[in-house]
Amino acid sequence: MSNVPSDLKYASSHEWVRQEDDGTVTVGISDHAQDSLGDLVFVETPEIDGTVEAGEACAVVESVKAASDVYAPVAGTIVDTNSQLQDAPELVNTDPYGEGWIMRIRVDDPDALEELMDADDYEHFIAEEDEG
Amino acid sequence: MTQEELIFDLGRTGRYARAQAPATTAGLSDIPDAFRRKRRATLPEVSELQVVRHYTRLSQKNFSIDTHFYPLGSCTMKYNPRACNSLAMLPGFLDRHPHAPDSTGQGFLACLWELQEMLAEVTGMRSVSLAPMAGAQGEFTGVAMIRAYHVARGDTERTEILVPDAAHGTNPATAVMCGYKVREIPTAADGDVDMEALQEAVGPQTAGIMLTNPSTVGVFERRIQEIAALVHDAGGLLYYDGANLNAILGKARPGDMGFDVIHINLHKTFSTPHGGGGPGAGAVGVGERLLPHIPVPQVGHDDNGYHWRGEDEIPQTIGRLSAFMGNAGVLLRAYVYARMLGSNGMVRVAEFATLNANYLMSRLRAEGFQVWLPERRASHEFIVSLKSEAKELGVTAGDFAKRLLDLGYHAPTAYFPLLVPECFLIEPTETETRDDLEGFVQAMVTIREEARQDKDFVKGAPYNMPVRRLDEVKAAKELDLKWQGDAG
Repeated sequence: MSNVPSDLKYASSHEWVRQEDDGTVTVGISDHAQDSLGDLVFVETPEIDGTVEAGEACAVVESVKAASDVYAPVAGTIVDTNSQLQDAPELVNTDPYGEGWIMRIRVDDPDALEELMDADDYEHFIAEEDEG
Repeated sequence: MTQEELIFDLGRTGRYARAQAPATTAGLSDIPDAFRRKRRATLPEVSELQVVRHYTRLSQKNFSIDTHFYPLGSCTMKYNPRACNSLAMLPGFLDRHPHAPDSTGQGFLACLWELQEMLAEVTGMRSVSLAPMAGAQGEFTGVAMIRAYHVARGDTERTEILVPDAAHGTNPATAVMCGYKVREIPTAADGDVDMEALQEAVGPQTAGIMLTNPSTVGVFERRIQEIAALVHDAGGLLYYDGANLNAILGKARPGDMGFDVIHINLHKTFSTPHGGGGPGAGAVGVGERLLPHIPVPQVGHDDNGYHWRGEDEIPQTIGRLSAFMGNAGVLLRAYVYARMLGSNGMVRVAEFATLNANYLMSRLRAEGFQVWLPERRASHEFIVSLKSEAKELGVTAGDFAKRLLDLGYHAPTAYFPLLVPECFLIEPTETETRDDLEGFVQAMVTIREEARQDKDFVKGAPYNMPVRRLDEVKAAKELDLKWQGDAG
């Protein structure tokens, strides 16, 4: 079973979202997502200060199997990206919820976070997807 | 099999095969000083026999359609008839200079003109240009023509190209190269394009849609005429990705389905040698709307014979795609292939390609492998998902792929399309016998049995190849493609 921390929110496209004290959110891809992709060889992060819509493809993770888009789970402005991933994309595999974070977003509407899944819902979601 | 040394490592300084060295007195004294190298070139110093042995050994390591069953999905690795090769190698073709006047190349031009005509006929398009040098360039050409069409009409608000999520990765890449935003359309559970999502996505911003039919999930898009009407009503155009044309060759025509532009991978459907990166040929066919924008040069035919048509005859063309006339050698092979088959033969290609795929699919299913979309008839290819093998036996599609090599089968396309987990996309083509298909089934069964006995054995494959399991992460991150010499 993959690791689904209970203090995070999740999108159906397998991004996780953590609310920070300063009103921003940190975004990465879930343990389940990194496990399905396999070893990452490249991560493309978005431009800082750019704005994103919810559901907009704004980063790319490329593994030995495939290149996949990472979608902004909420609308807002990109305030930071994880520059370590340039040289060490494998951090997404080894520590998806920690050093493998991808971007930080200043959210337009904090209520939008309520649309995302909590850990229980997400666990059910990936179990069902696995059955399908 | 052992690893072959680099030819540089075979050399020894000062080595010289005196026994067979030709008698020669030619010197280099007539080369002016200014054009002479200042340092000796670092070339391998080997005898002629060493060179012959080195490259012969390398060629024996080839894992190719000439040596093995090669069911690489969406790649159409069929037999390349030797006759196509020998006729394309006639001295009259080979020795022709690309700048030679049309009047001295009437035979060559006639072949290309007839190929244009045959391709237009079999795809139902108005006109064909053979200029694109590869499938991806054919795609680029197609979408560039779509852009030229909208621009010529002053319709500049169209910013999006629609692409199904099952599409080949080249489709969204092409749209972006041509300056469009990509909007992805999901695939419905039955394998067809999700019509509701398409209806929502189509609008005044739609420049066009790129479709592969049969799609990459190996089924025919049944509502294609509805899709065509929907996109055309919104003012968009339809692009046909010809990657899977082998399945419908002579049976159904993209032009009749409503497509405005199509590219044809001649190196796949028309059986010219490919793999290892080339050379390809991505001829494009257009309908009425895109006729003014077709790329040059195109071969024209009138009372005076054959000639190259250029910008003067096609003023709204999107232009040239290469210095000369496309991959002429590949085009000639495709021409001979088309002539050998004739129109009845082309229908047989589609029928046997589809029959072989459906036979192989039902055999694998009977052996307990999970077929994707079992309720649908396969086109020329189909998908097996090894998800349950991965879950229950701990052996992934990647592990199966490596072990298949040991057993004498080129691995099918793995992990594509992205929407099916642990998948193989399997395309047997029309040129395999039933015995060869059965051999593949038995290899799959053997590997599953091996995995049940000892999964680590399968995970350690391949064992019989020149190299063992490669470090794919290192290969992707640290490209090392060039011999740098001792100096590094």
